[in-house]
Amino acid sequence: MATMTIAKALNEALRKSLETDPKVVLMGEDIGKLGGVFRITDGLHKDFGEQRVIDTPLAESGIVGTAIGLALRGYRPVVEIQFDGFVFPAYDQIVTQLAKMHARALGKIKLPVVIRIPYGGGIGAVEHHSESPEAYFAHTAGLKVVSPSTPQDAYWMLQQAIDSDDPVIFLEPKRRYWDKGEVDTEGIPAPLHKARTALEGTDLTLAAYGPMVKVCLEAAAAAAEEGRSLEVVDLRSLSPLDFDAVQASVEKTRRLVVVHEAPVQLGMGAEIAARITERCFYHLEAPVLRVGGFHAPYPPARVEEEYLPGLDRVLDAVDRSLAF
Amino acid sequence: MSVKSTAAKPRTPRTGTRGGAKRREGEPELVQLLTPEGERVQHSEYSIDLSPEELRGLYRDMVLTRRFDAEATSLQRQGELGLWASLLGQEAAQIGSGRATRPDDYVFPTYREHGVAWCRGVDPVNLLGMFRGVNHGGWDPNENNFQLYTIVIGSQTLHATGYAMGISKDGADSAVIAYFGDGASSQGDVAEAFTFAAVYNAPVVFFCQNNQWAISEPTEKQSRVPIYQRAAGFGFPGVRVDGNDVLAVLAVTRAALEHARSGQGPMLVEAFTYRMGAHTTSDDPTRYRLDEEREQWEHKDPILRLRTYLEKDGIADEAFFAGVEAESETLGKRVREAVRAMPDPDPMSIFENIYADGHALVDEERAQFAEYQASFTDSTEGH
Repeated sequence: MATMTIAKALNEALRKSLETDPKVVLMGEDIGKLGGVFRITDGLHKDFGEQRVIDTPLAESGIVGTAIGLALRGYRPVVEIQFDGFVFPAYDQIVTQLAKMHARALGKIKLPVVIRIPYGGGIGAVEHHSESPEAYFAHTAGLKVVSPSTPQDAYWMLQQAIDSDDPVIFLEPKRRYWDKGEVDTEGIPAPLHKARTALEGTDLTLAAYGPMVKVCLEAAAAAAEEGRSLEVVDLRSLSPLDFDAVQASVEKTRRLVVVHEAPVQLGMGAEIAARITERCFYHLEAPVLRVGGFHAPYPPARVEEEYLPGLDRVLDAVDRSLAF
Repeated sequence: MSVKSTAAKPRTPRTGTRGGAKRREGEPELVQLLTPEGERVQHSEYSIDLSPEELRGLYRDMVLTRRFDAEATSLQRQGELGLWASLLGQEAAQIGSGRATRPDDYVFPTYREHGVAWCRGVDPVNLLGMFRGVNHGGWDPNENNFQLYTIVIGSQTLHATGYAMGISKDGADSAVIAYFGDGASSQGDVAEAFTFAAVYNAPVVFFCQNNQWAISEPTEKQSRVPIYQRAAGFGFPGVRVDGNDVLAVLAVTRAALEHARSGQGPMLVEAFTYRMGAHTTSDDPTRYRLDEEREQWEHKDPILRLRTYLEKDGIADEAFFAGVEAESETLGKRVREAVRAMPDPDPMSIFENIYADGHALVDEERAQFAEYQASFTDSTEGH
């Protein structure tokens, strides 16, 4: 066991992957000598050289497009997109090429490309640096989408994503980069696409992922003081999504609130609400509620605390669900 | 073969003669080794020396490719294909460049590289699956080092560049050739591919078939400078070749691939040619271009000029031409029969090959759809 931040856990995971598989290459803007704007690749350029840790031209479509080419040549590229809002120039390559080439070739080629994206708000940034684009990718067949919320998961899930023969969108909760936690680097990791019960409870299920897991745990602690027992499910994987785990939890608690930073309009919460309603119709005591972003551009930093789902907005939804 | 070392410098169009080929009024400067009249000429920087057998082989390749292409157009008219993108007129650009590649080189095509596919040993029948609507490609790209057709314009130039970066990393001495068109030259991905290839000195040849038309838009709508000159701004050589001259295309592409293989980085070849047919079978060129233009290009036909040369110099006789003709009819018949016999895919195949490692939602939806299909069958049987 070692205590480390999520950022350090990701750095260690990349180091481990570079050490164990010579085909792993890192690509991105400023990931070399600088170590990335969030320092996730700190020290890797020095230790593995520019052939393994590649500073790229400032062109996201070019980064993903050439990563595809490297994958076709037998490499396992791990791409860093500097910020969530800058993935869109690469969106075409991700959706029309990366996601579809395996099917286009009737399975004869594989695209083991990982696209790391620091995502979400809460860091007081300028526009395009605080977005949550996960639904765009979860909507696309051929991609897998995951997001860790703890150093332990950051360490293992990134290595598992790199080991995957499918393209993986790896969403890193950037405002949690410096949160610390225990990491067991020796044990057997949980499967990449399974949810995790972060907190057991009996009265209501909070389902969240990435940066919102911490908020939900805090909400559960506050609710506990009022005698309410909330269960927190850390989804971890958004595509595929572990509906079985959510279903099992809801069959126990009979109430579900889904929490994410992304706008609720056609977001992950909408899909979860629809499927859980189908699966658990006779178990539900209340409609599935969603807490998330509004149908508005991500706001300027001085009002982002109001925009982001916080403890109170989560508890408000909990109250509404329990009042049903 | 010598490679132009100064080509990276910006060049302005010159007038007068280049090498042995006389430049016609109003036509661009380009490398030519065989005139439209079938006259063999020399060029100061690019040369080629082929055996009679190789020359006859190029002729055969072009005739068979044109025959296959015509058969596909007919099959579309007969309702056997949903769409066809004809390469008519571009046979020399494709056969010349395709025959310049080595087996260990890798090809990234658009959706019109039927002649290049032929050179790489891809069965023409395999190209028709996507146009019939039974798959989206489906051949194994690694069998012939010929990637799947790419429909989104210009995307494959980045894949080619990344692949070439991988070749460099492996220390291999092969090269990549990326096909694209005059329309694609406007795409951001192509500009990014040029940038990445230049920065990493990747062994990739960008092969632009400038067929003058991007559906209805002429090249002037894409670029204010000749496309080959764009390479200079990225720091690598660009050259324009007569795309209807199979010998010049072969010579220039060989040189460009050798340039890439020998560690000198990327090169841009602009094959100046003409799309004799419609963009695809869904297109109607009479709405946007004049017949006169097409007629002018008919005089530059790539097959006719090689045949004239082969006849004039006694390199091939009537028996050879008759043999190729017979072979082309056999090919047409084989393709026709194979396409007509091509079965529709099993609906359950929709759920296959989406992921290499599987996906729970795909499994769930596959099971639900199978159950739905089964229930439909059962209810029919019940009546």
